[in-house]
Amino acid sequence: MNRLASRLPAIFEQHQKEILAEWLSSQLSGGGTARAGRIQESQLREESQRFLALLTQAIQHGVEFDTRSGQWADIREFLSELSRIRATQGFSPSQVATFVFSLKQPVFQRATDSLQSQSTLLSATLWEATIVLDALGLYTTELYQQARESVIARQQEELIELSTPVVQLWDGILALPLIGTLDSERTQVVMENLLERLVATGSSIAVIDITGVPTVDTLVAQHLLKTVAAAQLMGADCIISGIRPQIAQTIVHLGIDLSTVATKASLSDAFALALKRRGLTVARTNGG
Amino acid sequence: MDRVPILRLGDCLLVSIQVDMHDQLALTLQDDLTQRIVATRARAVLIDISALEMVDSFMGRMLGNIAAMSRILDAQTVVVGMRPAVAITLVELGLSLPGIRTALNVDAGLELLRPALDRTEPGNGE
Repeated sequence: MNRLASRLPAIFEQHQKEILAEWLSSQLSGGGTARAGRIQESQLREESQRFLALLTQAIQHGVEFDTRSGQWADIREFLSELSRIRATQGFSPSQVATFVFSLKQPVFQRATDSLQSQSTLLSATLWEATIVLDALGLYTTELYQQARESVIARQQEELIELSTPVVQLWDGILALPLIGTLDSERTQVVMENLLERLVATGSSIAVIDITGVPTVDTLVAQHLLKTVAAAQLMGADCIISGIRPQIAQTIVHLGIDLSTVATKASLSDAFALALKRRGLTVARTNGG
Repeated sequence: MDRVPILRLGDCLLVSIQVDMHDQLALTLQDDLTQRIVATRARAVLIDISALEMVDSFMGRMLGNIAAMSRILDAQTVVVGMRPAVAITLVELGLSLPGIRTALNVDAGLELLRPALDRTEPGNGE
């Protein structure tokens, strides 16, 4: 632990009340964090008070902020909670960082007042206050970003889930309308969804419709064939439908062998074949 | 020494594999099953693997062997109840279980075996 050259801890301890009061009023008037009634004054007061107490405690041992050391553990935890909540409340990253940065002014004011005659000591104190507050402010931004990134990752996951619906066409017949490009990760989700639905509904035929798949290259074809093979292992038949003329040409030019699976040009043809395999017929009622 | 139980259901033998197979257990099962097929004049074998979370190449080969042995003794084999995760793993491993018929569940499996079972009715009917 490095020893402090300045009077920073002393200033924090002696003037905690004044600093808190000034900090709060600057936050409330400055319009930064407390703007638009997103946050209650009482809550802001509580958070500020807690942060100041934690900071006063932490800087007893030095101002070098470290994301790993135990000295800053409490403050890290507090800031991560704060950033997470603010991120979900819709605050911008600069507003979150301003929470920490706005503490500078009252601290500088107190330091200047109490160290007027000792200019060397004053500049050292100001420098150390800057170091620690800058580091903490930047840390909140980092945390804010992490919180947002986790939100994005979750949405991406949900998008994958949502884009692969498995629908039941008839008793024992499932359809899987694929839309968008098939990559390995998506194929995995599609395959799992389809197989689980096969088990859940006890269906023996699955129609995979690729009308919405823009291009079929060797990789996509391989993914499709894997899905078909897995379904066959479980005792279900697959029919691939919705093959557009261009795609039929591409498949042949690429030399992809789809002979192991029934293919149909349209979903209705595939459905007709599925009905036939199930021993069902569709009849028109006369008159009525 | 543990064994895999073989249940008789009319002309069908029902084998439910609940534990991980190892060499000795697989040999015992093949032995028991072939003897039971001959003794009961069974026409069909239904192997339920719905309890298995892992099927490796050894297991795949064993199932294939059982199917081939049963066929020689004139009994059809159907493997039922494979879990989705198992099917995905097998496909990723490139194992397609050639020569083995599969069905989603016991019901569907019996349906698949119906022709083989019906075929024996006149002979067995008393």
